[in-house]
Amino acid sequence: MDITVNILLTIATAATPLLIAAIGELVVERSGVLNLGVEGMMIMGAVGGFGAGYLTGSPWIGLLAAIIVGALFSLLFAVMTLSLATNQVATGLSLTLLGLGLSGMIGTSFVGQPGVRLPNLDIPGLSSIPVVGKLIFGQDPVFYISIALTAAVMWFLFKTRTGLTLRSIGDSHTSAHALGIKVIRYRYLAVMFGGACAGLAGGHLSLVYTPQWVENMSAGRGWIALALVVFASWRPWRVLAGAYIFGAVWIGQLHAQAFGIPVPSQFLSSLPYLATIVVLVLISRNKRLTMMNTPASLGQPFVPDR
Amino acid sequence: MGGTVSANHDRANLLEGRGLTKIFGTLTACDHIDLNIAKGEIHALLGENGAGKSTLVKMLFGSLEPNSGEIFWDGKPVKITSPGVAKKLGIGMVFQHFSLFEALTAAENIALSLNDGSPISTIAAKARALSFSYGLPLDPDSLVGDLSVGERQRIEIIRCLLQTPQLIILDEPTSVLTPQEADKLFETLERLRSEGKSILYISHRLEEVKRICDRATVLRHGKVVGHCNPREETAASLARMMVGSEVKAVVRAPAEGIETASALLEIRGLSRKPATPFAIPLKNINLTVRAGEVIGIAGVAGNGQGELFESVSGEVLQQDAGSVRIRGKDAGAFSITGRRLMGAAFVPEERLGHGAAPRMKLSENLLLSRHATDGKAFVGSGGMVKNGSVYSAAQRIITAMDVRKSAPDPEAAALSGGNLQKFIVGRELDRKPSVMIVNQPTWGVDAGAAAHIRQALIELARSGSAVLVISQDLDELFELSDAIAVMHNGELSKPLPIAEATFEKIGLLMGGAEPGHAEHGMEVA
Repeated sequence: MDITVNILLTIATAATPLLIAAIGELVVERSGVLNLGVEGMMIMGAVGGFGAGYLTGSPWIGLLAAIIVGALFSLLFAVMTLSLATNQVATGLSLTLLGLGLSGMIGTSFVGQPGVRLPNLDIPGLSSIPVVGKLIFGQDPVFYISIALTAAVMWFLFKTRTGLTLRSIGDSHTSAHALGIKVIRYRYLAVMFGGACAGLAGGHLSLVYTPQWVENMSAGRGWIALALVVFASWRPWRVLAGAYIFGAVWIGQLHAQAFGIPVPSQFLSSLPYLATIVVLVLISRNKRLTMMNTPASLGQPFVPDR
Repeated sequence: MGGTVSANHDRANLLEGRGLTKIFGTLTACDHIDLNIAKGEIHALLGENGAGKSTLVKMLFGSLEPNSGEIFWDGKPVKITSPGVAKKLGIGMVFQHFSLFEALTAAENIALSLNDGSPISTIAAKARALSFSYGLPLDPDSLVGDLSVGERQRIEIIRCLLQTPQLIILDEPTSVLTPQEADKLFETLERLRSEGKSILYISHRLEEVKRICDRATVLRHGKVVGHCNPREETAASLARMMVGSEVKAVVRAPAEGIETASALLEIRGLSRKPATPFAIPLKNINLTVRAGEVIGIAGVAGNGQGELFESVSGEVLQQDAGSVRIRGKDAGAFSITGRRLMGAAFVPEERLGHGAAPRMKLSENLLLSRHATDGKAFVGSGGMVKNGSVYSAAQRIITAMDVRKSAPDPEAAALSGGNLQKFIVGRELDRKPSVMIVNQPTWGVDAGAAAHIRQALIELARSGSAVLVISQDLDELFELSDAIAVMHNGELSKPLPIAEATFEKIGLLMGGAEPGHAEHGMEVA
């Protein structure tokens, strides 16, 4: 029983950074902007979070720093693509490359240093209930933030007027502009929200998952988050499902490798990717719903003619 | 004319533009334009494509900022810096290219432009009530992507009316309506005028301007060339003001012996599943075009005309090779090049990006479309391109079609819409194809170039080719067709010989009436 609980807990820890980064990118893409810099923003958040936590000794300040660093780093992307209308794909890729390089440089003195870890939630009495106690009341704080964030984004996008406006910009920025909606302002805010989320996801890596700094420690999670958004056809609950499927298969194959199952380890390592794609493709079969949820102006630069 | 002006002096001006100028790079789109719109009038803004009408109204609606000039609203100077400011003043706009969001419902689309924070359900109820009171029924919960262009137009109008504007700007509102739907719109506009609202009506359709407008301002090349009372003018005199010279009328000699001529293009039971969730399926289409005749296909945009063109031209292949036959041979399994080699020629709807590669020279565009059919003339041994003969062929087309250009062999994108269209049509005519299929031959083309293209198509048919023209412009189809068939919701009606066709009959078919059961069609209008 304890093993099952532990496995479930590790799955949640593996899925949390993916979910947070993907939810942030979902909001960005719903506004019609494609930011391929998630990986770069994440690693910057990781190094910023680790550094601030290490220097102040407070993991909470570290987490806050991760969010701020992610948002500020995404501002660079926003200025380039929104104010200067550069190509979003090229700018996003360079943001990732810049983030990976810059974080490595900033982090040289952090390598091998002991980090600080955010404590798990511990509610006396509740957390010690067998099985569910630890799962529901005993996880790290970022896990709760990720679930609340998903629910909040769902409510924001589909229940509020501002969310409707954001979706309309993603559908057609020219129409939105013609109605007098401030397209660029909305997109700035969306991009920075995405950056803050990616930073938070990075902070989770260096303050919860493995509380230390290792170069390239994001290890492609930003790319997985990007893929999740597309395969989840821009719908929050599917992103959540995708992140947890990925996390589950990832942890599952690690255990399988540890048990020495006679299957090539390369195949096992590729399983999480395969499983996530297959499941999300299967739930996105409804072409009509997919079309409705795809932001039609995704990736197109917008230059209002005045 | 003088009488009209003084009659309108009694009424106060609602909006007055003085010396409005807008410059894009080297082009002066609007050059010191003065425009007065009185309270309670329907004011027409006339002009050809590129005369500056859209630029002018975009300045009035705040989407564009004038380089110089002033705008007065109710006698007070105002700066309209954004569409939001225009809406606050009381200006509403119905756009030519819809500003709707396809993935949202009608009610959500309306809510986005109201911005008053009331719940969607309240807005939906208000929209439903208003739409029925104006006789423009609307289902607020339907998804815009599923609606016809006519229904989308209604959403635009209702959305505009819900903002209770004093001035309503309509940009080419009837280009996507059936004649019956247009009549409904005119009733609405007259009712709005009787409520004291002003309307700025932009159109190039002179008959409807004569019918509903009180005054007109005519633009040509970005300048005001005259004011008039359209009711006192004839369509010909209005056209002369717009174009600045007489427009040559298209001559169509009667076609003879067509019944016995050979069928060069045959479409037999052509069906096609929708390619995307919002696309139209083609349902069992049958049509024969014989040597010597021009057949027109009418229909409101988005009823499957684009899908039909793609299927017939070979952009999409058919399962049943016999469903498209060219010169008596099955062509359904052949691609565009294969069908060209059988003697067919195609002119698609979009000029830039589909009919021509924008950043390539005219001669290169010629080679792109004809390297297979004119292989011997354009490509030498070892696959080397004979640049000289391609260039001279391009020049031959340019001369034949009277293409006006600034360089000997300019890039396609450097030409105006009308001149590029003349080149693209000419490129196909130059091959003397036995089957010619054209989608929207003169969309967005000025009157002179349009007449030239239409005349060329008629002459091609009379020299023994089969010509199929798909168009939204009914005037055009009546000018050049020997028979008109109508497309509605993916189905094609039987062609009506031109002698029997009237605007009313065609309009009913466009609205979905069965031939002979006209009354059922009215539910759509």
